[in-house]
Amino acid sequence: MMGGVDRARNWALGLWSGLALLYLFIPIFVIALFSFNDNKGRFNYTWEGFTLRHWKHPFSVEGLQDALTNSLLIGAATTAIAVILGVGVALALVRYKIRGRAGVDGLVLLPLATPEVVLGAALLGYFLTLGFARGFVTILIAHVMFTLGYVVLTVRARLEGLDLHIEEAAMDLGANQWTTLRRITLPLIAPGVAAAALLAFAISLDDFVVTNFTAGQTVTFPLFIYGAARQGVPPQVNVVATGLLLLVIILLFVNLAVQRRAGNRDAAATLMAR
Amino acid sequence: MKGLERRRRTMAYTLLGPGILFLLIFFAIPLVNQLWVSLMEGNADDGFDPKWNWSVYPDSISKYSDQLIRSVEYAGLATIFCLIIAFPLAYFMAFKAGRFKNAMLLLVILPFFTSSLVRTVAWQTILTDDGWVVHRMQDIGMIANDGRVLATRTAVIAGITYNFLPFMVLPLYVSLEKIDRRLIEAATDLYANRVTAFRKVTLPLSLPGVFSGTLLVFIPALGDYINAQLLGSPQQYMVGNVIQSQYLIVRDYPVAAALSFVLMAAILIGIFIYARALGTKQLREAIA
Repeated sequence: MMGGVDRARNWALGLWSGLALLYLFIPIFVIALFSFNDNKGRFNYTWEGFTLRHWKHPFSVEGLQDALTNSLLIGAATTAIAVILGVGVALALVRYKIRGRAGVDGLVLLPLATPEVVLGAALLGYFLTLGFARGFVTILIAHVMFTLGYVVLTVRARLEGLDLHIEEAAMDLGANQWTTLRRITLPLIAPGVAAAALLAFAISLDDFVVTNFTAGQTVTFPLFIYGAARQGVPPQVNVVATGLLLLVIILLFVNLAVQRRAGNRDAAATLMAR
Repeated sequence: MKGLERRRRTMAYTLLGPGILFLLIFFAIPLVNQLWVSLMEGNADDGFDPKWNWSVYPDSISKYSDQLIRSVEYAGLATIFCLIIAFPLAYFMAFKAGRFKNAMLLLVILPFFTSSLVRTVAWQTILTDDGWVVHRMQDIGMIANDGRVLATRTAVIAGITYNFLPFMVLPLYVSLEKIDRRLIEAATDLYANRVTAFRKVTLPLSLPGVFSGTLLVFIPALGDYINAQLLGSPQQYMVGNVIQSQYLIVRDYPVAAALSFVLMAAILIGIFIYARALGTKQLREAIA
């Protein structure tokens, strides 16, 4: 009798979980599906038949290619800068005694706990006060600002799980701080850095709100969609969104494989340290 | 030995300095500057002058009280819905999913990687007035025959719930996953039935996840304006919509700055109380 109740409960739990996941994926199915929609007019709201023409010419819509190029460039530059700054902060926080640690913690975490509209508004007000022209550079600054905290957190989690002894051994063997950092610490945290970089890139690529405030005349992919949303988003946007998702899935699997290999290397290093 | 100490300190601040300086210049100072901007008077064409006009605060709060209250209401409801949807899912993943655990985790994270704007537009497509979903809802009488789903409170709250759901699932999953199974076994060994064991062991131990999930959903939801704009109508506009239009369209910077400063101050006070209650490490875990 008890078993029956349990089974029913598990079944209900599983069903609920399945439905919740379905809820998360419904829009994604719709996005992918409507990238194949043979829409006749400007709108892409109703299904009018299957076509591959949007996939063959994803950039036939004016401005889409430039917007995507801007997004990718900003994403790449953001990732590079945020990773360099963030790895430094994470290393300093985990490996060294820092005065005013609570303040530093707060400064790193607060941007993550601030609604984007406040971040965007604050930056816009700042650039207006300074008389700083808005464009590519201001978007880049904004993106570095709100991805930095994610990089610090991700790298820090990795650093905290590391065995200090390997670094100490290197120092004992006469390596100085920089050499230890370069030859020992950085290779060991590489998987964490890769994860942080992926995260920073994804967040930058997706950001609309802060970008909307800091963009000026520059158009990124999300800004392009927003502009198009008023007159109906063209199916080519669905093609690009689906393509980007596929790209991320591939990157995710590559990252997973690298992490697994690095995991083995960690295990080997730990063994050797013993 | 002294030299080594000094070298270590130099190294520490060399690593820390650039990142912290960046955040000071482009996060901390802009926030303070926001207060400065809010107290100015003037207009976008002739320029604004600092006038210490404190009355902008009571004025804009009373003028936009509808949107402020609506923000708290929508964000609060969306947070509750996220919790209701996410808890069983996270519980299933942590305790029942077995070897499908990681696959399910990946599925929860994956939607993050499609532009959130495109996903909201997709909801627009799904819920459009002439669409399949609305017609079926009309057929079964869920809504009136000329009823719509778009441009309603329901659509906006559902959109926000959708947008932030993964932020609730992940911390809940982490806290449930961490629970030592032996504690639950011990409870059942001591004659607690399943329900009591859940109520007295699992639920209290999952509370850190509930707290952080709530924070991660409620705070961004409070400032959201995309859902209200794309799925709602001006009757559903939230404070984010006001800040956005005052800054970018009306160009009444002081009002926009004042509202965004009020929003930030409310959140900071909330986080401060939270940090006092839990300590910064927990807060860091809550956000991370």
